[in-house]
Amino acid sequence: MIARQLPVLLAGILFGAGLTLGGMTDPARVRGFLDLFGDWDPTLAFVMGGAVIVMAIAWAFQPRMAHPLFADAFALPTRRDLTPKLIGGSALFGVGWGIAGLCPGPGFAALVIKPMSAAIFVVAMLAGMVLIRITEKDA
Amino acid sequence: MILPGFPDAAPLAGLGGGILIGLAAALMLLGMGRIAGVSGIAGRATGISNSSLPRSSAWLFLLGLPLGALLVLAIAGDFDPSFAEPFTLVIAGLLVGAGTKLGSGCTSGHGVCGMSRLSPRSLVATLTFMVAGIATVAIMNAMGLKVLQ
Repeated sequence: MIARQLPVLLAGILFGAGLTLGGMTDPARVRGFLDLFGDWDPTLAFVMGGAVIVMAIAWAFQPRMAHPLFADAFALPTRRDLTPKLIGGSALFGVGWGIAGLCPGPGFAALVIKPMSAAIFVVAMLAGMVLIRITEKDA
Repeated sequence: MILPGFPDAAPLAGLGGGILIGLAAALMLLGMGRIAGVSGIAGRATGISNSSLPRSSAWLFLLGLPLGALLVLAIAGDFDPSFAEPFTLVIAGLLVGAGTKLGSGCTSGHGVCGMSRLSPRSLVATLTFMVAGIATVAIMNAMGLKVLQ
C-alpha cells in the first residue's frame, strides 16, 4: 500500500515545487504571460515547454510498458471527439484563469503562500465543479 | 539569465519549474498509469467526480502541492505575490471550477499531459483556454480593470 502511495505524494510535491519555481503561483506572472498585447512576460512559455518536453519523452516510453511501475494497469483518457462542452468549458476556464491569474494546481500550492486568498479561490473552484455536477444530473 | 527584450522574465526558473512539473506528470504516468490533471484529481478527492484513481491517492497528490511549494520557499526564500481581492477570487474560482469540469481538464491535464501526447481534445482545449485567457486580460486592461494590487 505504502509503495503505491509514496510515488503519488512525491509527484504532488514535485508538481507543487515546479509550479512555485516556475512562477505559476504568482498571479502577476501568469497574467503577464496572458498579456500578449501588452507588457508580455514569456516566462510561462518556458514552464510549459519544459513540462511538455519531459512528458513527451514519458509518452514515448509508455507504450513499451506492460503496466505502470507501481500499479496494475494504465487508466488513460481515450476520447478524441471535439464537443461544444469541451470548447465551452475550456473557454470558461480561460476567462477565470485570466481574471485572477490562477489555475487549479497553483491554487492548491498557494495555500502555503497566500493562505486566505488561495483558500477562497480553491473553495470557489470546487463550488463551480459542484454546480456543473448538479446541473448535469438534472439534465 | 536575462532574456533579451524581456528584463522581467525568468526563463531559467521557468524552465526548471517546467521540468519539475514534467517529471511529476511522468511519475504519475509511468508510475501510476494516470494523467496528472489537477482539476480532475481535485474533483476525485472531494467526491465531485468519479475516477478509478483511489481517493486516498487523490488527497495525497493534492497534499503534495503545498508541500512542494514550501520546499521551494525554504530554498529560495519567501515571496509575497499579490493576489486578487476575495470577490474577484470567487468569480474566477467559480469559472475555473465550472470550466474545468465541463472541459474535462485544465493547464496540467490538457496543457501538459494531453498536449505532449498530441491528444486532439487537449490541443483544442489548450488553444481555447489560452485564447480566452489572453482575451480576458486584454479586455480587462483596455477597460482599466486592475485586479492585483
